[in-house]
Amino acid sequence: MDTIIAQSDDALAQLDRLAELARDVVKQCRARGASAAEVGASIDTGLSVNVRLGEVETIEHNRDRAFGVTVYFGQRKGAASTADLAADSIAKTIEQACAIAKFTEEDPFAGLADPARLAREFPDLDLWHPWAIDAQAAIALGTQIEDAGRALAGISNSEGASVQAGESLGVYANSQDFIGAERGTRHSLSCSLIAQDANGMQRDYWYETVRAAGDFPDAASIGRKAAQRTLARRNARKLDTRTSAVLFAPEVARGLIGHLLSAVSGGALYRKSSFLVDHVGKKLFPDFVHIAEHPHVRRGQASANFDSEGVATADSDLVRTGVLQRYVLGSYSARKLGLQSTGNAGGIHNLVVATGTDDFAAMLKKLGTGLLVTEVMGQGVSIITGDYSRGASGFWVENGEIAYPVEEITIASNLREMFAGIAAIGNDVDTRSHILTGSILIERMVVAGA
Amino acid sequence: MNLIAQAERQLLQPGGFSSTDLERVFAQLRGPSIDAADLYFQHSRSESWMLEDGIVREGNHAIEQGVGVRAISGEKTGFAYSDEIVLPQLLTAAQSARAIARSGNTGAGHALAAREARALYAPVDPVESLANEDKIALLRETDAFARALDARVTQVIVSLAATLDTVMIAAADGTLAADVRPLVRLNVSVIAEGNGRRESGSAGGGGRYGYRELIANGRAQALAREAVRMALVNLESVPAPAGAMTVVLGPGWPGVLLHEAIGHGFEGDFNRKGTSAFAGRMGEKVASGLCTVVDDGTLPNRRGSLSIDDEGTPSACTVLVENGVLKGYMQDKLNAGLMGMRSTGNGRRESFAHLPMPRMTNTYMLPGKSDPGEIIASVERGLYAVNFGGGQVDITNGKFTFSASEAYLIENGKVTRPVKGATLIGSGPEVLTRVSMVGNDLKLDEGVGVCGKDGQSVPVGVGQPTLRIDAMTVGGTAA
Repeated sequence: MDTIIAQSDDALAQLDRLAELARDVVKQCRARGASAAEVGASIDTGLSVNVRLGEVETIEHNRDRAFGVTVYFGQRKGAASTADLAADSIAKTIEQACAIAKFTEEDPFAGLADPARLAREFPDLDLWHPWAIDAQAAIALGTQIEDAGRALAGISNSEGASVQAGESLGVYANSQDFIGAERGTRHSLSCSLIAQDANGMQRDYWYETVRAAGDFPDAASIGRKAAQRTLARRNARKLDTRTSAVLFAPEVARGLIGHLLSAVSGGALYRKSSFLVDHVGKKLFPDFVHIAEHPHVRRGQASANFDSEGVATADSDLVRTGVLQRYVLGSYSARKLGLQSTGNAGGIHNLVVATGTDDFAAMLKKLGTGLLVTEVMGQGVSIITGDYSRGASGFWVENGEIAYPVEEITIASNLREMFAGIAAIGNDVDTRSHILTGSILIERMVVAGA
Repeated sequence: MNLIAQAERQLLQPGGFSSTDLERVFAQLRGPSIDAADLYFQHSRSESWMLEDGIVREGNHAIEQGVGVRAISGEKTGFAYSDEIVLPQLLTAAQSARAIARSGNTGAGHALAAREARALYAPVDPVESLANEDKIALLRETDAFARALDARVTQVIVSLAATLDTVMIAAADGTLAADVRPLVRLNVSVIAEGNGRRESGSAGGGGRYGYRELIANGRAQALAREAVRMALVNLESVPAPAGAMTVVLGPGWPGVLLHEAIGHGFEGDFNRKGTSAFAGRMGEKVASGLCTVVDDGTLPNRRGSLSIDDEGTPSACTVLVENGVLKGYMQDKLNAGLMGMRSTGNGRRESFAHLPMPRMTNTYMLPGKSDPGEIIASVERGLYAVNFGGGQVDITNGKFTFSASEAYLIENGKVTRPVKGATLIGSGPEVLTRVSMVGNDLKLDEGVGVCGKDGQSVPVGVGQPTLRIDAMTVGGTAA
């Protein structure tokens, strides 16, 4: 069978071709009278294998191409995209973007990023580690993960294990002569298992995602962890409605930080649809809370030298001693707010929440008696008001020890109070996403149940 | 209009081949161990326009096209796709897809037999259904209309979007079918400020037609009015109650309850694998006798409707629950085949680059006999929830949530104060057994639903009459 990533060896050559294309398209846009233009192009390839009950279930080969162009005629703009990189299709796409710009209206804030802020240095961030695994090897690995989980007594069914290997090539170019090319790999392993109990069934899962396959933990440990999590949920109960301290396990704690990000991002601020409008310099958290962006972490999940407008990324505090230091802005929202871009067009690059000295067990002790949340469900978060109400499941904890699993409850409060009410942050950091945080203990929330 | 001819012209001709050449691809796909195989050709054209701060500041146009090739051997599926619709690429994709097969039956070859679908919507390109000048004017007028409604409105965002999907499906079982699917949507969201508070409201609508049908009968103004009304109601809201209580759900979009509480649990794949909380419960009582729920892909022009599904099977109206008894699952070909059932026309995929799965279309509860006013009057203390954001379900333990965006307290049989948004949580297998009154006011939603499953999004519809549920947990903050 073919190796999954036939393009591995010529990735650099492909990246060069994409860059060439992007440069050429910018020229074509200028030739059509655009005063400015920007182009993004990418190629993602990968293999995805699912194994269920010891048999391969699906093998998927992916190759996705994307090309998008934005043209500016003064302060009017138009955008168009295609997945077909053939010359005539690209020409039509440029034409479409120009046609749209005839109809959009003058927006005084529209335009490319400030040229002085564009990235000039492109150090290697160690993001490129193709995984030369073929489908047969992936099936074997998936089977090993699932088998390890199914070996635990009480596991009655499986949703399967998956093995995914992926490579991304991307370029961004604009008419200020900026061209940035990046490549990165991302691989993941996951497993989801089912156990029977007196009330029916419970399911849980675990996954790992890394830049280099060598950084995966022992594959069997993923299956075992999925199984342990599933088994721990058996015979879950509802709680009576009460007020309680709530400990967010790391895998759900990052969601809380995600809500902070939404509330301090440019779009929500200039639309005044955030409860944190005009909050830079204000205290949101207790003194011990520090949150900083570190875009250049080697092998980081969201490391990048430049943002989606070419603006250079840099280490920067978001929260220091509990005080909000800045917003999260691209050029457009920055101009709307009369501020400077923070290099966050397209999002944040590795947001790190400073940890305390408590491991998970110590955090449980700090919780004492209260609710440990390991899963949240549904929407129910209003960034405009900060009101928070979500479905949850997890464990009731008594005197620092897990007493029994709980489900079909909600947790509610307001993000402003939740942030101010953070009592501790653990050092049990979840490194699988662009937000890196340990577990977070919140003093008080309303828990609704029976 | 012949849909197959239209699709062939759009999808195959540019690559220099026709449906008769597909035999060569199937020759590649068929083999000693392949039970089923199909090709899914797709061309998708879409546009969107957005007004914010009184300026139509963004417009986008996008083309996506490609072909997905699937080969099935027993429970195993091999899948590959190409964004170039030309024979050499198709043959390569077929080679990758068929590598899945190690064992299985000899796939008997059926010659492709073209079958025209009964069209539930007109095969017209909605992007071309209105001049660009008129789209801009529509956005501007809607913005002005919303702002003029109330001085407390401080921000208005209006967006307009259209897609035309042209698909053709050819399968080793002889299926040759095509569909041309328009889809449009208009959304209005506003922010209002008053009493030192700031709140949002939004409303949207759409379906499978052109822009002219979308904006007929003052729909844009109606959506603007609804968005503003909702924001102003929320400005007056008090904290929602916490705990188990009687909940009355309004008609229409609150049908997201059905989608989450039972809909996903009735999808064939979860039941074949035994991972659904409803697995093995066919013929059992899963709801109160007042409840009859269907999944109906055959409603003309609805957002969730399909003339054929993404496997070429004509859509159907499938009874899921009849007078409280579980009657049917929603099936695609793979899961139906493995369960000894027939596809119900629910095989759907986000695009050529995704595998089909059993998915919902328009899921709704049939009307009952109660007057909605009586239902509210019957509740001493409870919650009246009329609008929702989205929902989520854990298929396996059946727990589901949905989040109210507009709700009121019911006190002594009367709707009193509006409350802040709150999440409702319940158990799918239990919640419908607690339905004690069903209204006579069935309403379908306005056409904005998007359902996500396994990372794939598809447009869906929901609906229901007013319902009284005797106990559900409401996730507010007030005691």
